[in-house]
Amino acid sequence: MASLSLNINSKNYTVDIDPQMPLLWALRDIIGLKGTKYGCGIAQCGACTVLLEDNAVRSCSLPVSAVADKKIVTIEGLSEDGDHPLQQAWIEHDVPQCGYCQAGQIMNAAGLLNKNPNPTDEEIETAMNGNICRCGTYLRIKAAIKTAAKSEKV
Amino acid sequence: MLTFNWLAGCKPTTTKEVLTLPKEWFEMNSYIKIGENGVVSLMSPNPEFGSNVKTSMPMILADELNVDWKNVLVEQADFFPERFERQFTGGSQGIRLGWQPLRTAGATARQMLTDAAAQTWNVPASEITTENGMLIHKASDNKASYGEMASLAATLPVPEEVALKEIKEFHIIGTSRKNVEGKNIVTGKPMFSLDHTKEGMLISMIVHPPAFGMKVKSIDESSVKSMPGIRDVFVFQNLRDDYERNGFDTTSFADMVAIVGNTTWEVMNAKKALKVEWENAPEKTFDVQGWRGKETVVMPAGLESSDGHTYQMEQMSRKAAQELRKDGDPETAFKKADKVLERTYTAPYLAHNCMEPVNCFADVTADKAELYGPIQAPEFIMNALSTSLGMPKEKIKINLARMGGGFGQRAYGHHMVEAALISQKVNAPVLTIYSREDDMTYGIYRPTYTATYKAALDKDNNLIAFHVKGGGIPEHAVAANRFPAGAVDNYLAEGWSLNSNITIGAFRAPRSNFIAGAEQSFMDELAELAGKDPIDFRLELLDRAKNNPVGENNDYDAERLSGVLRLVREKSNWTETRKNIHRGVSAYFCHNTYVAEVLDLEMKDNKPVVHNVYAAVDCGIVINPDAATNMGEGGIVDGIGNALFGEMTFKDGKPEKNNFHQYQMIRQKEAPKSIEIHFVENEHDPTGLGEPLFPPTFAAVANALYKATGKRFYNQPFVHDLETTRMEM
Repeated sequence: MASLSLNINSKNYTVDIDPQMPLLWALRDIIGLKGTKYGCGIAQCGACTVLLEDNAVRSCSLPVSAVADKKIVTIEGLSEDGDHPLQQAWIEHDVPQCGYCQAGQIMNAAGLLNKNPNPTDEEIETAMNGNICRCGTYLRIKAAIKTAAKSEKV
Repeated sequence: MLTFNWLAGCKPTTTKEVLTLPKEWFEMNSYIKIGENGVVSLMSPNPEFGSNVKTSMPMILADELNVDWKNVLVEQADFFPERFERQFTGGSQGIRLGWQPLRTAGATARQMLTDAAAQTWNVPASEITTENGMLIHKASDNKASYGEMASLAATLPVPEEVALKEIKEFHIIGTSRKNVEGKNIVTGKPMFSLDHTKEGMLISMIVHPPAFGMKVKSIDESSVKSMPGIRDVFVFQNLRDDYERNGFDTTSFADMVAIVGNTTWEVMNAKKALKVEWENAPEKTFDVQGWRGKETVVMPAGLESSDGHTYQMEQMSRKAAQELRKDGDPETAFKKADKVLERTYTAPYLAHNCMEPVNCFADVTADKAELYGPIQAPEFIMNALSTSLGMPKEKIKINLARMGGGFGQRAYGHHMVEAALISQKVNAPVLTIYSREDDMTYGIYRPTYTATYKAALDKDNNLIAFHVKGGGIPEHAVAANRFPAGAVDNYLAEGWSLNSNITIGAFRAPRSNFIAGAEQSFMDELAELAGKDPIDFRLELLDRAKNNPVGENNDYDAERLSGVLRLVREKSNWTETRKNIHRGVSAYFCHNTYVAEVLDLEMKDNKPVVHNVYAAVDCGIVINPDAATNMGEGGIVDGIGNALFGEMTFKDGKPEKNNFHQYQMIRQKEAPKSIEIHFVENEHDPTGLGEPLFPPTFAAVANALYKATGKRFYNQPFVHDLETTRMEM
């Protein structure tokens, strides 16, 4: 166990924690933020995606020791009131079916738009390929990202 | 009730404006409550797994009730059989079987409000009209909101018979409405049972045998008991030995190990460290009270491998099988044939792979049990819960969690029984979680199937005989009364099966999910042999089935099946050719809905890239068009993914794939560039969409691949034969 400082959604948390614990489980079990999901544990499905200093990363495969003191944003911190352009676009296109993968999809898309505010279809497909949607909402995810990219430009 | 009812303080998700919650609710019936300020609370009865019944079922209630959708709040009902009928999500039956009861509930409440107004104004109820939550009596210039009449209405007797709306009067049904949970989903609110917390709650994970045909021999508790955060480790048995199962009690392993601890990470570490000794399990025979009556199930001993399955199936396919239907004299017809086509199709076991791994929260005390978890069929797990816990059903409460996918896997409730037993043993609330590996290797798979088709054409290219012989482990997929039965004079359908200790269960469109692909691929090849366009070939046969059907019990409406084929032909511009783009067509009827699909793909670097998919769907009245389109897209994407990649294999009883690095799933890059869903407009009562678009997709892919590569694809997943094709080219 070690005492670590985690900066999540602009708040500082000091926790006594196994430094090997993946960020995913620190978020869910220690901090109590349930939006970031467990899907596979081996960075193959993307359900656990968060932003680490504005880059999309798989929290299931990052030990907390590697992210201490760094800026982490989860789905809960993407916006004040659910009005991030991506969240609004997700609603506009009525994207989700079961909804389990969608937080990871949105956070991964946020990482994409942070790096590439005006992605082509192909760039979206490549960037989002690590996020599995079992229900098959891929077309709507892509459409929502394009809508969000356009609105951010305006 | 578990504290998952946020009505007290929450903002509604159906509207941008904040609805003011009423001071008091007045209950009209199990589904409908009205506040004094006119806000309406609707209970969505069925568990939600992504088909969005949580929006469409309340839409039906709200329409007959005749309120403004923006004044509606939706709440998930818990399992409450005294108050709700058929809280079952599966079989694409939710809307179809809920249509009458939901409309009646809405209309009944509307009538009670009307009666209250009639009483208050002293006018005949028949002169009162309703609109958008208002009651109006024109003659006396009286007006009132539902809210004003609700308290009186709630005291009135429930009318025995009520008039339902005319279809043309619908103002919500048939319009697209946003998912009532949309905002919660995109803001990461805790919505799944995996997200549940409770004071004093522990985490548990299970360890199940690594292979089918094995059981626990012994565990070394000392290997984990002193690890950080670990509270307990023990072997337990899910079902009692003398318990008589029903069809949803499927349990892959008689006994498993439970590890209980404080946090998920600590329990995961203990799982890795735990030393367990396994041994071979004996053969097991037991009765199951299924929907077809009592069946005896034999689970043989032994460690099975896919190679062995393939060999056994090939052997069985040569033996005599059970005759399922016979029309005319197929044997003679085949002898007289001008051309005969015979082809064999195969498909492997499939894992459901819901994004949310199996889990369940349970809080079992001496006198009651509260469960909260993903379950499609809560009614059917109550017997097992009651027997295993040793507790009467009245003391067991199931709260219906939103499911991160279902696809049939969550119809089986073994995980609820496990979670309950673990909580009971440690005397604390426990959230039991399966790892992805546990989930993918637990079983309850889609069976492995094969089918051999043989057809005879005469010299004029008429179809004169048709023979399908299908088998599988542990069941065959032959639906003897479906098309082309009824369209051909000489017809024979046969089936066989083999026993196995690998557990299986319902998987999105059971049986249809294989046989549609096989049959519609064969139809395509047969059409080519007959020198006919594939759509024309099918339409000619359907004309015969409509005008001059062979036999009775033809389990499809030839006119409606023709209808979707014609519609997809039109909408896809079927005869259009585009450079490098190749088209496949397929049509199927299952779960009461008719679907025809055209799929366009291109080969790029020897990989199929799906450009467009067109689907024509006849599901009667469409409740929520955009959500229905979403469901259609999902079924098609799922079909492409499973046709190309889906596969579970076994070596010595062990599933060879345990996570997504081994089990290939369809991803964003492989999804079609566009999907168009066209609904046939008619006034048939609504039928489902969860399953019907899945089965025909497999053949649409195969038939397009044939045009693209010149090769037919008979064995799923097609990725293997595509690889062979790539290496040959």
